[in-house]
Amino acid sequence: MTITDLRGLAASESCNRDSGAPVQARQKRTWRSYSVYLGLALIFIYCLAPFYWMIVSSLRRTADIFDNTLLPAPFSLENYAKVFDGSTMFGQALLNSLIVAGVTTVAALVLGIFTAYAISRLNFRFKSVILGVIIATSMFPGISVVVPLLRFFTDLGWINTYQAMIIPNLSFAIPLAVWNLTTFMKQLPFDLEEAAMIDGCTKWQAFRKVLLPLAAPGVFTTAILTFIHSWNEFIIALSMINDPAIQTATVAISKFTGATEFQAPFGEQMAAGVIVTVPLVIMVLVFQRRIVEGLTAGAGK
Amino acid sequence: MRQRRHTWQTLLTGTALATAAAVGLTGCGGTTAEPKADANAAAAFEGRGPINYVSSRDASGAANKSIEEWNAAHPDEKVTFIELPDSADQQRQQLVQNAQIKSDTFSVLNLDVVWNSEFAANKWILPLPEDAVPSGQMIPATVDAAKYRDNLVGAPYYTDGALFYFRQDLLTAAGIPAAPKTWDEMKSACEKILALPEAADMSCYTGQFDKNEALTVNFSEAVASAGGTVVDAEGKPTVDTPEAKEGLSLLVDGFKEGLFPSDAITYLEEQGRRAFQDGKVVFLRNWPFLYSSLSATDGSSKVAGKFGITSIPGTDGTGVSTLGGRNLAVSPFTANKATALDFIKFFTSEEQARKRLELSSRAPAYAALYDDPAVVAKRPFFPTLLESLENAQPRPKVVQYGATTKAIQEEAYAALTGEKDTDTALKDMQAKLEEISAK
Amino acid sequence: MSTASVPRTAAGPPRRQGRGRGTGRDTGAGAGATAGRTPGEGRMAALLLSPTLLVLALVIAYPLISAIHQSLYRAQSGLDADGYVTEGEAFVGLANYVDLFAGESGRRFLNAFGNTTFFTVTTVLLETLLGVALALAMNRAFKGRSFLRASILVPWAVPTAVSGLLWRWIFQSDGIANSLLGSEILWTAEGTASKLAVIIAEVWKTAPFIGLLVLAGLQIIPEEVYEAAKIDGAGWWRQLGSITLPLVKPTLLVAVLFRMLDALRMFDLPFVLIGPGKESVETLSMLAWDESNQLRYGSASAFAVILFLYVAAVAIVFVKVLGADVTGARQLGAKRRERQAQRIQKAGAAA
Repeated sequence: MTITDLRGLAASESCNRDSGAPVQARQKRTWRSYSVYLGLALIFIYCLAPFYWMIVSSLRRTADIFDNTLLPAPFSLENYAKVFDGSTMFGQALLNSLIVAGVTTVAALVLGIFTAYAISRLNFRFKSVILGVIIATSMFPGISVVVPLLRFFTDLGWINTYQAMIIPNLSFAIPLAVWNLTTFMKQLPFDLEEAAMIDGCTKWQAFRKVLLPLAAPGVFTTAILTFIHSWNEFIIALSMINDPAIQTATVAISKFTGATEFQAPFGEQMAAGVIVTVPLVIMVLVFQRRIVEGLTAGAGK
Repeated sequence: MRQRRHTWQTLLTGTALATAAAVGLTGCGGTTAEPKADANAAAAFEGRGPINYVSSRDASGAANKSIEEWNAAHPDEKVTFIELPDSADQQRQQLVQNAQIKSDTFSVLNLDVVWNSEFAANKWILPLPEDAVPSGQMIPATVDAAKYRDNLVGAPYYTDGALFYFRQDLLTAAGIPAAPKTWDEMKSACEKILALPEAADMSCYTGQFDKNEALTVNFSEAVASAGGTVVDAEGKPTVDTPEAKEGLSLLVDGFKEGLFPSDAITYLEEQGRRAFQDGKVVFLRNWPFLYSSLSATDGSSKVAGKFGITSIPGTDGTGVSTLGGRNLAVSPFTANKATALDFIKFFTSEEQARKRLELSSRAPAYAALYDDPAVVAKRPFFPTLLESLENAQPRPKVVQYGATTKAIQEEAYAALTGEKDTDTALKDMQAKLEEISAK
Repeated sequence: MSTASVPRTAAGPPRRQGRGRGTGRDTGAGAGATAGRTPGEGRMAALLLSPTLLVLALVIAYPLISAIHQSLYRAQSGLDADGYVTEGEAFVGLANYVDLFAGESGRRFLNAFGNTTFFTVTTVLLETLLGVALALAMNRAFKGRSFLRASILVPWAVPTAVSGLLWRWIFQSDGIANSLLGSEILWTAEGTASKLAVIIAEVWKTAPFIGLLVLAGLQIIPEEVYEAAKIDGAGWWRQLGSITLPLVKPTLLVAVLFRMLDALRMFDLPFVLIGPGKESVETLSMLAWDESNQLRYGSASAFAVILFLYVAAVAIVFVKVLGADVTGARQLGAKRRERQAQRIQKAGAAA
């Protein structure tokens, strides 16, 4: 593959894929596009119907939370008010989740990019062993990690600190980042960087200006997946934190209580679920543009 | 092919290396069997200063009010409320984890009565001085539930007992003068009631039968109401008796004969409340928590003003309720034990219990509060609940409660779903319980 | 230019012709790699890798060591005269492991093992099909594409604990599922229905994970490959089979591998949706949780170690059977050889 190939790749990504389609195909296309849209609609419904049910349930009053009507009647924001009721510190919890997930994602990406670069671009011994060890950390059952880590972090004085949540989160995030980015970088040709270096770039510049932008879809995808994974982590955050000022949103949700111990605060939990999900979806909408931009910007140079 | 082998070796070597390293390190890093402080020495309550109270949130706000009052009076011995999750499983998990690592963060623990023996036997809570609670004024069953082998290890915070909810309007319509006291009476009452046109789609009775702690409660009650026990006073399992069989048969036959709703096998407390509140069942065994929502007059309850309560039925007379509720206990790992003990005395005092009743309907341990006219005016179910509590039996007081309740749930569930017949289920349950108690 | 630098061509897409020279690369790669290694690279690699390995060691090594250690011990059972639990633990060798396979606990173990395997196979299979479909859908150009992409991500974004509660609600006996189906299925009771409920909820939750990763893989496929195929008259299905899937295979394999690792350790969803102790859906992780919940830490650790080994074995077999070049070693080796060859050629030419 040559640089021109990749420029072509970038260019074709940046403009509409359909624009280059042959004219003869148009007739067939209309028929197909109907079935395609039907398929898309089905996927859309499957993904969103349960979420819709979550929203509807969150908008019911406690008294009619068990209704099966497709719209909440009467409509009520009672659950949302309860979620943000002062005693739960839910706003703070959201901020904490953002800090924990954000730092985890950035750290995992930095470490992951270093490691993936080393594995896909450098030649050294024990490479396979290292890759094996890295993924092996994703193989131990999460619930069995809790007690030893609690003991360990207590000794370190890390209870009620952000790093007590961030570092365990990395044990999922780093393997995913390393494996995914290695796959990506492996697929991108060396010749491009070599060409850049012939043009006078240093190895670092070649990496930063050529390789990294090309790996952008992989980087952003990894970012989104690890961010969401840490955003949703529960059991470590529950065990390591007992100060409500540092607890994350998922832990805060687990502490919602119903009117009595036998009644689950389902409406509140669903409202909180909506509140923690929607920012992520917005974030992804924003990120998507960056994915395409990153791709074009990098390869266009 | 060679390359492939190389790849496969990749993971294998990686894993093997990690494992080998781990095993190697273990050889030098192992610690076991460290001696703990003597139990009597731990009983000395010394040290004053800030402490933490560990519990799930009290939605009514009553517990927080008690704490605020304490903090106002004890600025140097402030109590911080550490909230645990709503789920009892998760609460216990957090408490056990912190006890295991001997964390000094958790000072005063809010424990379910069924965790009492386990925590005491593992020395995760301290024996309390006899004068820590005014036992004479408390309902005896609640004090008993806070003891381990005759030593007080907790202070009763609140208690809980079963109530039998019935549809007074339907009883009247069918010409039945009084609520049934026995299962047979209930069955014959149902025959008459379900013949009424307005009760055509109803079922007779439901309890809680999902594979859950609630099933242990319902099973224990059925056995006790038939005159049996799950474990005897010495802690020996006794579910291979004719009484236990009679008890379990009540529930098994209830499903077989269609006395219970067909989906009752998935019911917990809330589903039972809804079935009754929506007019699907005539009789219901449940805790008192639903009394206020059943009585709601805003249109959410179909049975407001139409239902009554009494003690649960037995085979030859009134049945026996299982005891619920919570105790407060002191962790041996906290630095400020004197403060912790004082706080427990304050928190579980009759004065504070009375104050909390303003906000919370949780049943106090003090018998006198159940007859207090001011209290009864607000909580009309209290006199009936007191009768239930005075007769109540604890669930098996065993150290290995987790394994015990699991064995009960598994076998009872198998019998209810028809997977095993009653005799086999009880025989297997007896065997499992014997194995657990032998450990 | 060499095929070796574009491993996806090895899977057989149309661009292979004209790239030449790479066919002999499967022989002697190890030798080539060794010959091409420079000391500077090793040092640089060590520098780049050490932070990652340090962090992972911190998080995993200690728990793993303590689990293996713990699994060889057993707490004293029984109570002393005062009713206190006898303290201390005894070294029991592999007894905890042996006991896993004996009698009642052996039956439970096999049941959980079967459930874990069953759930992993069914959910990962369905997720892969659905995930690839999602990715293909997301990769199409049409109005509202970015909205579709974001909405597809919703299930993955919902916290697992909350989604467990949501599905429990949907599947309760008078919930919306039964109401829409007009059925009276007891989804949360023991039985086949509960397995189905777990599969539906799990696939819903995690198909987007595969979808998103595959989408990223699709995005680096050059458009011209498709153009060429169109000119050759290849239909949509042919394009999918001979271009898209082979080219996206490396990414897809990583996605599936990570999903398998997660599915094998499945815990929260069956726990919240159906409940602990229900044998129809009890997984190995749930069993490990239950053992430690009953303070049998020795056998809980034994479960965890066995599960770890099982997961590792599955991963190894997966990588082996599908022949994923996980390290890129093949590719690097070939690259070195090529350079050497060039050097020799140049030297030859100069001479």
